[in-house]
Amino acid sequence: MREWHLRTPLREEDVVRLRAGDWVYLSGVVYGARDVAHQRMAEALLRGEALPIPVEGQVLYYVGPAPAKAGWAVGPAGPTTSGRMDPFTVPLLERGLKATVGKGTRSQEVKEALVRCRAVYLATVGGAAALLARHIVRAYPVAYPELGTEAIWELEFREFPAVVVNDAHSGDLYAIASQPYARS
Amino acid sequence: MAPRRLSVDRVREAVAALLQESVTRLPADYLEALRQAEAREESPLGRRMLRMLLENAELAEREGVATCQDTGVPVLFVQVGQDVHLTDGSLAEALEEAVREAYRDLRKSVVRDPLLRENTGDNTPPVVHYEIVPGDRVRIAALVKGFGAEMTSALRMLPATAGEGEVKRFVVEVVQRAGPNACPPVIVGVGLGSSFDGVAVLAKKALLRPLGLPNPKPHLARLEGELLDAINATGLGPQGLGGRFTALAVHVESAPTHIAALPVAVNLNCSAPRRAEVVL
Repeated sequence: MREWHLRTPLREEDVVRLRAGDWVYLSGVVYGARDVAHQRMAEALLRGEALPIPVEGQVLYYVGPAPAKAGWAVGPAGPTTSGRMDPFTVPLLERGLKATVGKGTRSQEVKEALVRCRAVYLATVGGAAALLARHIVRAYPVAYPELGTEAIWELEFREFPAVVVNDAHSGDLYAIASQPYARS
Repeated sequence: MAPRRLSVDRVREAVAALLQESVTRLPADYLEALRQAEAREESPLGRRMLRMLLENAELAEREGVATCQDTGVPVLFVQVGQDVHLTDGSLAEALEEAVREAYRDLRKSVVRDPLLRENTGDNTPPVVHYEIVPGDRVRIAALVKGFGAEMTSALRMLPATAGEGEVKRFVVEVVQRAGPNACPPVIVGVGLGSSFDGVAVLAKKALLRPLGLPNPKPHLARLEGELLDAINATGLGPQGLGGRFTALAVHVESAPTHIAALPVAVNLNCSAPRRAEVVL
């Protein structure tokens, strides 16, 4: 298993050397967003308006964090199902988004856009929300704060663990991972 | 005999405490199954996922934080003994108030209307299934269920002659299609029989059963074992990253049904299967 320690924003050369199955430890600013925030960003783009966050070289984490307890920067903050963000993702990749982090499978459209736009999709552990929150050292709602947990969050990651599922070369970990363990 | 009086305030306190405990502490039988899977998993990536889930459970319990940010729509099964007289107000309101209290510091994951989508702000209302039973006790079982797994659940009205083979194909198909989205290793609740609405409730009820207890009916216990083997033969593994442990258990609950039908429902529970029960 190859491991990489990456700091955001990501450059194209950071991303193209990643291969499906590699482990990544992410540090630096990452934006958290889920369903409604994606819908709003897509609507803003359709109206020709600017996005509320920078996307070029950036990373999006599909998350709706729980409230923080005293002594924690953020409450439990595990990944939500990425597929729900598929219909809104390609325009963001075309504007230079370099990585998305979540759990679960992506659409064919998104996988093709990852190759075309030289970006990656990473998965982290669904159901390990407390453990993952320990790798987020700062969190505040940076756009759409009226949405509560569904706002866009500016998060600072410290060595946040994730595995490369879809790389920029059509590699697809979910598509091959079960084969060695499948029995008929 | 005079009915036993029970204040709904006691119900409220007990349910609030039940929910609070269940979000930070996963059931012991599940953690044991997870540890056994970690010891036996052949896939290095799968083992790593199981280890992280175990570490997460330990951290959440030690720090008193939720194991998963998705503390769901709480689902409550309320069995009221017919010799109980509930006093001091409305039971439904007491249950809502219990949710409001328990979720004060948790994520607010409920919207008032599925189309208008305004957040209720306090995670109410819960989904409540009431049942009147003999006796003078009130038993409340809670499932705090994330919607990643809920979204992958499915129901099919199979025809009468479909038989066990079709049931198996459907259950395995649901788990396979869910893939990593359901946060495996999953617990698979299967409902068989009843009606369209009834079979879904059976599948959910199957998730209330502790791991390691097979269905008391021999043919269903055998089916549970065969389904578990078939699901784990997919190789999907923990978090869908490959391995032997896609599911930790399959629980089947059945009920009588119509001569035309073999209804089957599959309700998946995720790797943070929060479950608790209290008897008053």
